[in-house]
Amino acid sequence: MNDISGPPLLFDRRAARQFRRRALSAGFPDFLNDVIGAEMADRLSEILRDFATVLIHRARPGSLVGKLRQARPASRFIISDVVSNADAELVIDEEALPFAPQSLDCIIWIMGLEQLNDIPGALIQIRRALRPDGVFLAAALAGDSLMELRYSFIAAESEMAGGVSPRISPFVDIREWGVLLQRAGFALTVADADRLTLRYADALALMRELKALGLSNPLVSRRRSLSRRDLIARVAAHYAERYADADDRIRATIEIVYLTGWAPHESQQQPLKPGSARQRLADALSTREIILKSND
Amino acid sequence: MSAGRDVDPKLLELLVCPLTKTRLEYHRERQELVSRAARLAYPIRDGIPIMLSDEARELGEDE
Repeated sequence: MNDISGPPLLFDRRAARQFRRRALSAGFPDFLNDVIGAEMADRLSEILRDFATVLIHRARPGSLVGKLRQARPASRFIISDVVSNADAELVIDEEALPFAPQSLDCIIWIMGLEQLNDIPGALIQIRRALRPDGVFLAAALAGDSLMELRYSFIAAESEMAGGVSPRISPFVDIREWGVLLQRAGFALTVADADRLTLRYADALALMRELKALGLSNPLVSRRRSLSRRDLIARVAAHYAERYADADDRIRATIEIVYLTGWAPHESQQQPLKPGSARQRLADALSTREIILKSND
Repeated sequence: MSAGRDVDPKLLELLVCPLTKTRLEYHRERQELVSRAARLAYPIRDGIPIMLSDEARELGEDE
C-alpha cells in the first residue's frame, strides 16, 4: 500500500519475506545465526532476573532456542518468524506487531531490523509489548556491512551503464542505533558492534552465501531484471582487484550491532531532577564557586 | 509436529490485532482470529497464527 503522504518506502517487505522463505527452505548452515545466537545466549545469561514470557524472533531451527530453554527452564518461550517454518509458533509482520501492551518480559530479535521501512515505529511497538523492566535484545546488520560489495557494484555499473542502481541495502550506523532505541523510549540502552571479516573464493561465492542466508537485496528500487552476467563478472573483477588478500581470496566486512534496551521501570537508575542536588559541585571539586550574573 | 495441532491458548492471550491493537476473537471451528475493529480474520494454519494483514480474510457484511 502506498501512502503518498508518507516517506518513500525503501524496502519491499514481500520480497524480504520471500528471501527469508527461500533461505529457510534451502536449509543452508547459517553461521551468522550461530555466531549471533551464541552471543545472545551469553548476554541473556548475564541478566540474573527471571523472565516469565520470552519471545525469540527469527531463530534458525535448533541453534539458540534449545540452549535458552535449558538455561531458563521456568520461562515460557514463543518462537516467531516472518514466514512459517518448522520452529515458529507464530508468524508476524515486523512492522505491525500483534502483541498486547505489556505482554512480554523479554524479546530477542535476531536480524531483520535493518530491513524495515520504519525502524523507529517497530522499536516503539516492541517497547510497548514489553512489561515494565522487560528487556529487548537484538542483533542487526549495521554500518559498513558489505561495503566492499557495494563499492564493487558502483564501480562496475558506472563503468558499464554510466550510472548506478541501488544494489546493497543501506545500513544504519551503530551510533544511530543507540539514538533510535532511546527515542523509542527504552532505558539503559546499549549498542555495541562486532566486526567480522569473511573470506570467499570470489564475489560470486559471497553473493551465493548472501542469497542462502536470506540477505539478498529487498530494496524497492532494485532492478528486477536478472543481473546481467557481464555486469556480475565486472563486479567480481573489481572486487578481486580491490579487496583480495595475498592468496587471492576476497574479504567481506560484516558489522553486527547488538542492542539492549529496557522498558522503563521505577527500580532502574533515574536521572535526578534539576536543582535537587544536596551538595554543591564546588565543594566536591574543592574550588570556589563563582556565581554568574543571570541574563534577565 | 502433527497436522491439525491446536493453537496454544496461552499464546492467544497475548495476541492483539496487528493493525488496530485491539482484542481478537478465537473462532475455533474456522481456525481464525477475528478482529472486529479491522474487519479481518487472521488464519491459524496447523496451530500457527498468521498475523499478516495481507493473508487475512476480510469479514463479510453479515459477520
